[in-house]
Amino acid sequence: MYAFDYQRPSTVNEAAALLANGSGAKLLAGGQTLIPTMKQRLASPPLVVDLRDVAELRGIDRTNDRLVIGAMTTHAQVAESAVVASTIPGLCNVAEGIGDPHVRHRGTIGGSLANNDPAADYPAAVLALAATIYTNKREIAADDFFQGLFTTALEEDEIITRVSFPIPERFGYAKFPNPASRYAMVGVAVAKGPQGVRVAVTGAGQNGVFRATDMEAALTNAFTPDALKGISVDPSLMNSDIHGDANYRAHLVTVMARRAVQAAAA
Amino acid sequence: MTSTGIGVPVRRREDFRFITGSGQYVDDISRPGQVYAYFVRSPHAHAIIKNIDTSAALNAPGVLAVFTGKDLAADKIGGLICGWMIHSKDGTPMRVGPHPALALEKVRYVGDHVAVVIAETLNQAKDAAELVEVDYEVLPAVVDLARAQDPGQPQIHAEAPNNTVFEWHLGDKDAVDAAFAKAAHVTKLELVNNRLIPNAMEPRAAIGEYDRGQDSYTLYTTSQNPHVARLVLSAFIGIAPEHKLRVIAPDVGGGFGSKIFIYAEETVCVWAARKVGRPVKWTAERTEAFLADAHGRDHLTTAELAVDSSGKILALRVKTKANLGAYLSTFASSVPTYLYAPLLSGQYDIPAIYCEVDGVYTNTAPVDAYRGAGRPEATFVVERLVEVAARELGRDPAEFRMQNFVKSFPHQTPVIMTYDAGDYAACMKKALELADYANFPQRKAESERKGLLRGIGFSAYIEACGIAPSRAIGALGAGVGLWESAEVRVNPIGTVEVLTGSHSHGQGHETTFAQLVSHRLGIPIDQISIIHGDTEKVQMGMGTYGSRSGAVGMSAISKALDKVVAKATKIAARCMEVPEDTVDFNDGVFSARGTNKSMTFGEVALQAYVAHKFDSSEIEPGLKESCFYDPTNFTFPSGVHIAEVEIDPETGVTRIDRWTAVDDFGVIINPMIVEGQVHGGIAQGVGQALLERAVYDSSGQLLTASFMDYCMPRADDLPSFNVAMTNTPCPSNPLGIKGCGEAGAIAAPAALINAITNALGHENISMPATPQAVWRAAQASVRKMAAE
Amino acid sequence: MTQVTMIVNGKSVTAEVEPRTLLVQFLREHLRLTGTHVGCDTSQCGACVVHVDGRAVKSCTTLAVSCDGSEVLTIEGLAKDGQLHPMQEAFREYHALQCGYCTPGMIMAAIDIVNRKGTQLDEATIREELEGNICRCTGYHNIVKAIAAGAAAMGAGEFRQAAE
Repeated sequence: MYAFDYQRPSTVNEAAALLANGSGAKLLAGGQTLIPTMKQRLASPPLVVDLRDVAELRGIDRTNDRLVIGAMTTHAQVAESAVVASTIPGLCNVAEGIGDPHVRHRGTIGGSLANNDPAADYPAAVLALAATIYTNKREIAADDFFQGLFTTALEEDEIITRVSFPIPERFGYAKFPNPASRYAMVGVAVAKGPQGVRVAVTGAGQNGVFRATDMEAALTNAFTPDALKGISVDPSLMNSDIHGDANYRAHLVTVMARRAVQAAAA
Repeated sequence: MTSTGIGVPVRRREDFRFITGSGQYVDDISRPGQVYAYFVRSPHAHAIIKNIDTSAALNAPGVLAVFTGKDLAADKIGGLICGWMIHSKDGTPMRVGPHPALALEKVRYVGDHVAVVIAETLNQAKDAAELVEVDYEVLPAVVDLARAQDPGQPQIHAEAPNNTVFEWHLGDKDAVDAAFAKAAHVTKLELVNNRLIPNAMEPRAAIGEYDRGQDSYTLYTTSQNPHVARLVLSAFIGIAPEHKLRVIAPDVGGGFGSKIFIYAEETVCVWAARKVGRPVKWTAERTEAFLADAHGRDHLTTAELAVDSSGKILALRVKTKANLGAYLSTFASSVPTYLYAPLLSGQYDIPAIYCEVDGVYTNTAPVDAYRGAGRPEATFVVERLVEVAARELGRDPAEFRMQNFVKSFPHQTPVIMTYDAGDYAACMKKALELADYANFPQRKAESERKGLLRGIGFSAYIEACGIAPSRAIGALGAGVGLWESAEVRVNPIGTVEVLTGSHSHGQGHETTFAQLVSHRLGIPIDQISIIHGDTEKVQMGMGTYGSRSGAVGMSAISKALDKVVAKATKIAARCMEVPEDTVDFNDGVFSARGTNKSMTFGEVALQAYVAHKFDSSEIEPGLKESCFYDPTNFTFPSGVHIAEVEIDPETGVTRIDRWTAVDDFGVIINPMIVEGQVHGGIAQGVGQALLERAVYDSSGQLLTASFMDYCMPRADDLPSFNVAMTNTPCPSNPLGIKGCGEAGAIAAPAALINAITNALGHENISMPATPQAVWRAAQASVRKMAAE
Repeated sequence: MTQVTMIVNGKSVTAEVEPRTLLVQFLREHLRLTGTHVGCDTSQCGACVVHVDGRAVKSCTTLAVSCDGSEVLTIEGLAKDGQLHPMQEAFREYHALQCGYCTPGMIMAAIDIVNRKGTQLDEATIREELEGNICRCTGYHNIVKAIAAGAAAMGAGEFRQAAE
């Protein structure tokens, strides 16, 4: 790791001030991606701004028809949350499948979304659920937030504060993990709710998380696994690596989509 | 017989320190004033080093020195060696290029050592390493083993035309050709034995230290064989003469072969310690381990089995290309030759065998012994062929094997080995019963109802362990003898210290070796210490690999104990004033037959040291005996593993439903530890068959350079194992031990691939059977089933 | 340099560290608690697992400065008054270790599983929960058995009594 300065503010405003003016500072949420990246010397921020003391970024609440999760909420907290279990139980499953138990104790929803790893689980859930990402500056619809590999709508000095999910009728997620890294080789989230049926796919696409619109149309007609028979994503848009080529990933998208619908119905 | 003797599942004495965090691995050791080494490694698979500019790095904060290959050469430090000479078919010696610890004119694989930066802190060393400017002229790389020997391929070493180190063979070609000519059936397979990366959980590490006052060096290193390391560093590399070089291998966190070898890093650390006048420490990062630890396996093989009309195997013909990587590692040449082809007879009576092996250089990390070393490759060839032959002939694979098993001993194979003892059918029958083979069809039908494919597969393996009779292996090209040494020091109050040349890095020698002593001397185990891993304490040793510590290392202790008991008996006789031949020794007590006189072992030990009651011109005072034990034969552990899998054809995921292992390791000292060795071996074999592979791209970049891409077996990849034993004592050593450390890794891959191909209904799958590969293969099966 | 204060195995420690110091480096190099190991660079092997504020984390993926004010428990802090923790005992009794390198992280992870999932653990749960811990020696067979037994022993309250 290269040397860096370290600050631990206690408010979002203080944190934002440290990011301002092209300081090149990096926010440290759970650090489960940032620290390994820095250890490999692939990132060299001059300043690391640790958000652990920012109390306003924590907490899980239900307000009317929405579930709101603070950006610094860990995966373990989401997985174990009675509020999440009673509103979007499938989201507990998403969180419980991220990384491993130790990673889930530190990794956060805000960190995961800001990083937008193309093999991360949360982007699929957030996109399928048509969540809204709140920052210190504005609110961003999930459809506008994810902009390709490791790229989001966030500006340099913008901090995710919370994520607000409309509560769906049904939601399910099915993941096929990369056997080595256990990241999603293919993960499909399926939601049926106020925004209609939405299907989001992570791990598979060349450009990160995406919506499978053909599948959405089919599931709008009938929200059953069988409705997806014969529907597949275009392999030419899928990722290929030593673990799975594009055709296999495209095939798995359909299989995982069916399983996600099954999970949503359960 | 004590409660801590042979055959008792004594809980491990070494565990207390490991479960309390008190182990002392190399990286846990801090020497006063220590500084840190960080290696600049080649980013290219093949390149000429035109220039190295170290000036900026030298001026970086905290840097003490930056060294390159030229500095080593100026100090006349020799290159790393390969200690086993192989001759090609035409009688010429193998063609070996030099292997400098730090590259000289060329780099030959990604991760090759170019320079070392030594600084006050590790971060400073890493920071400065980025400032070392290396001017490379990149050359085309040779990565594809199948094409590496083709004319026109880039030359890795001038000494080895066509990148061919040797073209070796074993067996009778004419006899094999004749047998094939009259065969009723021939089974032929093209097999890939996938390249693996050992990944002991403790990364390699070294601390080199130089004592100016004594003009002597100490090297703390993660070694399976510290004396061999000292021998090579002294006699071949030229660091210092042996009496001026102490090598300590303290707690070592797993080896699996990868810590046998003498590598560049420890060589440089111990040499540099004198140059900078400070202890120099290096600990591998995991990525460095991936890049530069010796890899394992990596064979391409064509294999054919000839069978007559009654199902009797007539002959076996094998042609293998073995990837040796960019340089020959310490024992690289022996692995695909004498540790491979002599095992091709398996458990079978095969009249004729012929095997050709080409050893090939490529621009990849050196390849050397990894758990099993040659024997897993041989077993995979034999057990895939036999399984497929049985299927092609419409025979039950278990019954076909039993027809062809060796049934009388000793049995001379056509490929060197004389099997001394075994009962292969007994193992098979027990395994069939434990695996509930009879009800497999019902289980298969049950899986099919759920849309899943179920398969069962066998592996009846044999291995040659306890390596090895020194004269025999000397005749085969080994540069060393493979005896083992032991010294038994009895203290005046009867406690015992055993110094052994074996090295424990997970095997539990501190327990099992002490069990032997407890058993033989009738003293409690807590009065015995086992000392190993330090060349200043133990005089000489050959270390631990090839499942040899029980059969060879413990045999040496046993022989030394014989001498201790013989001398103590003499002393007891003098003390009790009775004739020597009337003294018996049982359960720790010397007693004179026909009298009520007796002495405990401790009492005799004291008398040995006070020396009041015997004539010291006749009997020397003291009680300390040693032995260098040279085995009389290899040992031949064998067994049958049966894997049963369930495949989801929709995703290609293979779930191992059950695993049955019945092994014959001869006499067992500690069944708990032996079973643990089997479990771990199976896991590594499952890793090879299902999960693990090292992948280089066409330019020689390692694509699997971390646990993110190299798939290590995890708890949820594996089932619990059903492990049982049969015990045919080995007649070739005093304890009847055969060895157990590698069995699982040798047996498992063939069992698993045989199970998967059984489930799929065709043979077209190779290792590792990843979900993608199985899915693809399953699609063909599903289509075939639909068509039928 | 940044000042950091934390409670490690019940004792308060304060030190000046570079912000880039990982928790595992702080434990091993500053406090000489070398029972916590490093087995990889990518946060996968789990040899470095310790508890921070009662939760298992990977100390190789945690900055020491981020643990300012936290309570850290390492393998060295498990035994109380010379009595091993029941999970330590179980690892020895069931031969759940060979080379011992992954063992401290395994034991810390195992106790964390019990803290979260209770003292009655089935095999499937244990295997799933060990996703973040790699062992190369044991094939996990005996680790799984040891964790089930250690969990049950923790449930039987032997350790709590011993600690009180």
